[in-house]
Amino acid sequence: MLAKRIIPCLDVNAGRVVKGVNFVELRDAGDPVEIAQRYDAQGADEITFLDITASSDDRDLILHIIEACAAKVFIPLTVGGGVRKVEDVRRLLNAGADKVSMNTAAVTNPQLVADASAKVGSQCIVVAIDAKQTVPGKWEVFTHGGRKSAGLDAVDWARQVQALGAGEILLTSMDRDGTKSGFDIPLTRAIADAVSIPVIASGGVGTLEHLAAGVTEGRADAVLAASIFHFGEYSVREAKEYLRSKGIEVRL
Amino acid sequence: MKEMIAVVDYGMGNLRSVAKALEHVAPDAEVRVTSVPADLAKAARVVVPGQGAMPDCMRELDSRGLREAVIHAAASKPFLGICVGLQMLFGLAEEGNTHGLGILSGRVPRFPSGMTAPDGSLLKVPHMGWNEVRQTNAHALWQGLPDDTRFYFVHSYYVAPDQAYLGAGLTSYGIDFASAVVRDNIFAVQFHPEKSADAGLRLLQNFTRWKP
Repeated sequence: MLAKRIIPCLDVNAGRVVKGVNFVELRDAGDPVEIAQRYDAQGADEITFLDITASSDDRDLILHIIEACAAKVFIPLTVGGGVRKVEDVRRLLNAGADKVSMNTAAVTNPQLVADASAKVGSQCIVVAIDAKQTVPGKWEVFTHGGRKSAGLDAVDWARQVQALGAGEILLTSMDRDGTKSGFDIPLTRAIADAVSIPVIASGGVGTLEHLAAGVTEGRADAVLAASIFHFGEYSVREAKEYLRSKGIEVRL
Repeated sequence: MKEMIAVVDYGMGNLRSVAKALEHVAPDAEVRVTSVPADLAKAARVVVPGQGAMPDCMRELDSRGLREAVIHAAASKPFLGICVGLQMLFGLAEEGNTHGLGILSGRVPRFPSGMTAPDGSLLKVPHMGWNEVRQTNAHALWQGLPDDTRFYFVHSYYVAPDQAYLGAGLTSYGIDFASAVVRDNIFAVQFHPEKSADAGLRLLQNFTRWKP
């Protein structure tokens, strides 16, 4: 049976992994390649890099990181952050990324999803959706790191990106992100049931129970987490052992 | 002289990962990413990766004049096909109705939509993630790999060989499909060994030592 995936996420700023709480007080957490190797050794199913580099001078650093990582870490690598053109997608894939994630650019230019997917294949294209609840059972899409409303319904947008050629959706609940209170299960379930492509749940993981709920109640195909792994609370292996104890299929 | 392993570059897919993984397991070999037909003739072993849509892959292969060289390699030396590199060994694909290389006989259908898991949830397409490979026969490339080892898959189409004896591995995803196929000097897999951590590296290492 296909295993549910656990994906640690690394925020990368100017070539270094940073960690912080709610995007404040970013602290240096080390070398991205070393950290990726550590998660790989713990049994991570994939690794996602989110490039949060603000300065355009430093933007190419992520390419070097992916190149170095792809020479040492033999599991799928996803990169997101600052992808605006098909050429950006190609450069990241050529550097060794397996999937490229786009968020704001997909909203402002949906044709980018279609063009990139036609060029490199839908299996390489992830659309990241940041969603915030408006009323119970309704969620709105946000862009620009959660600062700007896109005026789109999250479930409608998920269906639309699938039709445009996305191969996977990375779904983040803005309400839960950084709270450690668990995934937004109704949101995760609504999106997972609305599309026929895999959905990665993100935002709010504080305990191993939260990871399990994301796949059982939320029906996510994969779960993404950052802080519970970065701060050493749990290893990826411990997380997988927990999921297995709950009857969830994992790779161990 | 160093043994040369050619990784066929026809503009599709993540060749760097395949090359790096081969270099990792065969430090004494020269791994050459190439689109030059003569390199395939010179190589001791040939790897054909591939990702994305088969019509695009076949078009790109032909535009580089690689079709004959790939067919010749598949007939003459240790040959590893990965993902679309497996699918193109067959004849007809549903995807854009493309003719593959026709080296093996069978179809390349798409996973049917609406397949469900035992718990009633929808099985997503692409089939993406780590799934088990049941070894249907002993083979040098399975050496050191327990039955039902998980490998990383990402694909919407699969191969349905006409002859059951071609199968080397089976995987279940709504249906049972051939996740590894073998004939003589050809071994081809639907999953991505270059992305399958230690298990994938072991399979690649077995390939670099295989004497069919």
